[in-house]
Amino acid sequence: MSSVATFHIDHEQLLDADGRPTAALPAFAQDASELLHLYRLMTLCRLFDAKAINLQRTGRLGTYAPCTGHEATHVGVGAAMRPEDALFPVYREYGTQLWRGVTLTEILTYWNGDERGTHFAGPRQDFPWCVPIASQMPQAAGAAMAFKLRGEARCAVAYIGDGGTSQGAFYEALNMAGAHALPVVFIIVNNGWAISVPVAEQTAAQTLAQKAIAAGIPGVQVDGNDVIGVRAVVERALARARSGGGATVVEALTYRLSDHTTADDATRYRPAGELEAAWQREPLLRLRRYLQAQGQWDEAQEADLRADCSAQIEAAVVAYTSLPAPVSDDMFTHLFAHPPAELAQQQATARRYAGSGR
Amino acid sequence: MAKLTLVEAINQALNWSLTHDPDVVLLGEDIGVNGGVFRATAGLQQRHGKLRVQDTPLAEGLIAGMSIGMAAQGLKPVAEIQFMGFIYPALDQICNHMARMRNRTRGRITLPIVMRMPHGGGIHAPEHHSESLEALLCHHAGLRVLCPSSPAQAYGLLLAAIRDPDPVMFLEPTRLYRLARQEVPDDGVALPLDQCHLLRAGDDVTVVSWGAITHEVLLAAEQLAAEQIQCEVLDLASLSPIDHNSILDSVARTGRLVIVHEAARNCGLGAEIAATVAERGLYSLHAPICRITGYDTVMPYFRLEHDYIPGVARIADGIRSTVRA
Repeated sequence: MSSVATFHIDHEQLLDADGRPTAALPAFAQDASELLHLYRLMTLCRLFDAKAINLQRTGRLGTYAPCTGHEATHVGVGAAMRPEDALFPVYREYGTQLWRGVTLTEILTYWNGDERGTHFAGPRQDFPWCVPIASQMPQAAGAAMAFKLRGEARCAVAYIGDGGTSQGAFYEALNMAGAHALPVVFIIVNNGWAISVPVAEQTAAQTLAQKAIAAGIPGVQVDGNDVIGVRAVVERALARARSGGGATVVEALTYRLSDHTTADDATRYRPAGELEAAWQREPLLRLRRYLQAQGQWDEAQEADLRADCSAQIEAAVVAYTSLPAPVSDDMFTHLFAHPPAELAQQQATARRYAGSGR
Repeated sequence: MAKLTLVEAINQALNWSLTHDPDVVLLGEDIGVNGGVFRATAGLQQRHGKLRVQDTPLAEGLIAGMSIGMAAQGLKPVAEIQFMGFIYPALDQICNHMARMRNRTRGRITLPIVMRMPHGGGIHAPEHHSESLEALLCHHAGLRVLCPSSPAQAYGLLLAAIRDPDPVMFLEPTRLYRLARQEVPDDGVALPLDQCHLLRAGDDVTVVSWGAITHEVLLAAEQLAAEQIQCEVLDLASLSPIDHNSILDSVARTGRLVIVHEAARNCGLGAEIAATVAERGLYSLHAPICRITGYDTVMPYFRLEHDYIPGVARIADGIRSTVRA
């Protein structure tokens, strides 16, 4: 018997859990203002998350999917992308979306059960949140195909979770991206848990990045709590895709420091101690330690940043709570460019009884 | 002018669209060098290149999902699902995303997609190649569903579907692909959407049908004419939305309604049409509404398929009883 194929998976980490560089940092990390930009947005995400959970708990927001713990991955990916690229998120990648111009108000509007939240004023080409798991993956491959057809130097970036890699649509998209060398980067956010099912029960694969190998595309693992590492790895993958080199799978190893959503209670299934241990590796702390060690950050700046983030968040809360209520016509208006005549009667009925069903 | 079969008319409409609209892209399984298993795309890859007429990997969910991504970037994908029986893996994309994206994003992302798929039985095909699953699609808001019954209609409706800014499911009656020829000018003229078509005028009974079985309905109507029963045959053509007003107008004149479809009866489109006439046209009726449909059984393998699909005798009997009731 002879060996006909072998593979290996690289793991990238540039900043360890204590905020110490483990390798030479890339050029962007030499510029303190770049790192501060990343840190500010990560902090905004963390504080926004706490506020959103509080709004849900007090009846002012619907079910919400928190992002705490994922900030380095989300912000790192956003920073690596170009504005003209297209994002295919799942439903908690606020750091990427905020970087690209989605607003806090839009995020709150969406989670408050209002489609107006997906009418992004910012990145018009970015897809909205995608609830059916993995279904965004073939869509990203399609967008990448459109870029390739038109000879545009643009890329699609699709997110998926660890659980999502069990779906057929995940494999179908990777397979297509490999077969046609499509300009797309797939980001697997491996946070350890698909609601209550741990990765070890999801797959026997040693890494999720290696799922790329069967599709003929490279897979790489990165410490998803290291924003410098994430940005560097995704920038490399995007540069490769943009120059015709094809797709890459990036597995970002992180941890869900929250419940799956506000409707979930992770204490029912997560072993004691795991959460506390994960907090020791969390992404904000390590970047803050690095910035402090570089003399770029101090307590006063931290306090100013937190005050500034809170003001932004409070302004967004005011904005989404003062949006005029949606009206029943909204169900009908946006369904078709040319609505079928039959719908008009139902629309009239809905208008007549609007508000009376509550 | 050349007379075309229905499948040739589809090919002509696809070629016209590829030639005149640089955004139109065809994708599907075996549609490239092979020209599709029914040859609907024969010669198109040779003429328009591999980028605009693409063979995809064998994955229907991927085909539908990619179409969404492509359409969101301004292309007009025309995707082929090889047989309607293979639509199920694509339903996640079609029902959860294609049908909803305009509404979900409040008009920010729109999806001008056509999903073409062979529909119905009667061609001696293996299992899963003869399904009539239009009700699955018609139940979902945000989709248009079309089913032509002649070469000229196929050409005009497919052009309309490709030009429509929203997703259209285009069901192609396999039994009619090569049954008859008709002059179809390659003039790029589309037919209107959302309208049914009058195939035969008559005063005694309204017979509503669509797709391949309109052929048997017209044969039955011809037979019955010899018995002094004049059928008004309406071809739905647009299965969603249904042109209820035209059906109601006809029933108001004839006072009788027969619905003929190949798909199973339970929750079929016949029920929707019958219910609407009962709601809005009951007092025009002189007889109970009659449905002549496929049975609520599994579509049999082809040895029995003509016992499943309503034939001329069953259709004629149903119409006769309705007229005499």
